[in-house]
Amino acid sequence: MTAVSASVRPGRLKEFWRYFSENHGAVAGLVLFVALVIVAIAAPLFAPFNPDQQFRDVLLMPPLTRGSEGIFLLGTDALGRDILSRLIFGARFSLFIGVVVVSVSLIGGVIIGMFAGFFRGWVDTTIMRVMDVILAFPSLLLALTLVAILGPGLTNAMIAIAIVAQPHYVRLTRAAVLTERNRDYVTAARVSGAGPLWLMFVTILPNCMAPLIVQAALSFSGAILDAAALGFLGMGAQPPTPEWGTMLAEAREFITRAWWVVTFPGLAILITVLAINLMGDGLRDALDPKLKRS
Amino acid sequence: MFGFILRRLSLLIPTFIGVSLVAFFFIRALPGDPVLLLAGERGISPERYAELMHRYGFDLPLWQQFIVYFTDLLHGDFGTSISTKKPIFTEFFTLFPATLELSFCAVIFAVVLGVPAGVIAAVKRNSWFDHTAMATALVGYSMPIFWWALLLIIVFSGMLGWTPVSGRISLMFFFPKVTGFMLIDSLLSGKAGAFQSAMSHLILPTIVLGTIPLAVIARQTRSAMLEVLGEDYIRTAKAKGLSPFRVVAVHALRNALIPVITTIGLQIGVLMAGAILTETIFSWPGVGKWMVDSIFRRDYPAVQGGLVLIALIVMGVNLIVDMLYGLVNPKIRHQR
Repeated sequence: MTAVSASVRPGRLKEFWRYFSENHGAVAGLVLFVALVIVAIAAPLFAPFNPDQQFRDVLLMPPLTRGSEGIFLLGTDALGRDILSRLIFGARFSLFIGVVVVSVSLIGGVIIGMFAGFFRGWVDTTIMRVMDVILAFPSLLLALTLVAILGPGLTNAMIAIAIVAQPHYVRLTRAAVLTERNRDYVTAARVSGAGPLWLMFVTILPNCMAPLIVQAALSFSGAILDAAALGFLGMGAQPPTPEWGTMLAEAREFITRAWWVVTFPGLAILITVLAINLMGDGLRDALDPKLKRS
Repeated sequence: MFGFILRRLSLLIPTFIGVSLVAFFFIRALPGDPVLLLAGERGISPERYAELMHRYGFDLPLWQQFIVYFTDLLHGDFGTSISTKKPIFTEFFTLFPATLELSFCAVIFAVVLGVPAGVIAAVKRNSWFDHTAMATALVGYSMPIFWWALLLIIVFSGMLGWTPVSGRISLMFFFPKVTGFMLIDSLLSGKAGAFQSAMSHLILPTIVLGTIPLAVIARQTRSAMLEVLGEDYIRTAKAKGLSPFRVVAVHALRNALIPVITTIGLQIGVLMAGAILTETIFSWPGVGKWMVDSIFRRDYPAVQGGLVLIALIVMGVNLIVDMLYGLVNPKIRHQR
């Protein structure tokens, strides 16, 4: 990909869409994802009940239970809260976590990786060794320890996951910059007087976007999984937040008595992550010319 | 090759220093006084406080404290656990065989199912098997494994009653630890039913921990096979009149396995992260559960030592994978 970014040339976008739409799984993932985003944004419209309201007459009731207030489609939890409503509001948290983690780690990673690849020398060596250190720890363990230090909670969990996700962007950006920096168009821009910042972020960056976009999709789903895992271990969002991982943690003790409190939150995580991964696969096939049509 | 190994080893030194720096400052960044933490709730006299501050070296400047800590690490002293008062190194390696056994079984599970599935999917490309296998792999790859574990427990332990819910072996069996690997020790004990008990405890955690590696390996094998199957030497092998099985199993698979082996090696970090969740859910007495427990017990020396030891293991495995890769691929070896 030696052309400039997709937004400048509509032909590129069209070509991208043609490849993307050939992949039925990817389109299905996209539709599902858009639906999730709509549900999350308009959660109060979709949710039949208030996610925190406790109906004391219907504690731990199976799906399709009819209470005095209406039907509980997916049943109720141990405090008599409607599971469907909690899941709908929980979508907000998962998507929010994904967006924040990907934005923070993408922006940070691109800037750091750009400096490493562009300046080389000791800047590069230092940055890459620091990234090696982060990568030497299993991501969940590092995130878990970071959260233990910063204190349990959603914000700290997001910070920890973003730090752990960062090195992948740094490596990808650096590798892309290394192949691009000696191309003719970069030299041309340099001799016509472009400064290093212009060269880095205006000339080179748009041509490194393809692998970064694919990685963004991958780490979006990874962030949702990690945040749910932290919530499950009691180190993420804290009860009564209807975050899906936290809901699972609360449901654990009812595992033998009430399958629905365990099944649905996990299913919500799985479907969301699956939709994003399907999209990610489609993005990779459409953006990466090497893998195209293989 | 020797130069390649040296180069890789020299990269590990700054990483190791970095890892110990991170572990050191993580713990120092914690709110609270380390000596008061050691003293517990009973409190401590000012003289005793000063003495302990001096004994643990907390009165030294921070950089000197780090040097003391780092020198200790080099001598194999990873500190002492607050809750058990045992050296962390001993504690870690008493539990490590459990994690190793589980991870090893998970990798075997993933390879035994994943490689053939990937090969068949590639050979029968676009068949129903290919589509089903790849769809399943994508689901497996997207699986929140802590939920997967709970589902399996509901079905196989709860409804069917086939497998136990937690631990490594039934409490009925007691025999001395020889290797630390329950499957081997239970066989060595010669007690009837011990091996079966160990197996039934191992099976669900193995499936849970092996699911994501299985999905990754199946996908990776398929795409590596597809690439190799298009090569000239495969056409040559076919043209020579070799049986299709021989072409696939010998000529193609051998070359496709190189990227697959790398993938397996790179799964070690994923496995360690997965072990944390799997061991916690199944009460599997390995290092993953121990780390989580230490974090919750606020046993900071244990967390610190555990972080360094786990990072060392990950670095070691990555080095071995790199060396194997360099061994089979000269291009990598000569890269700078």
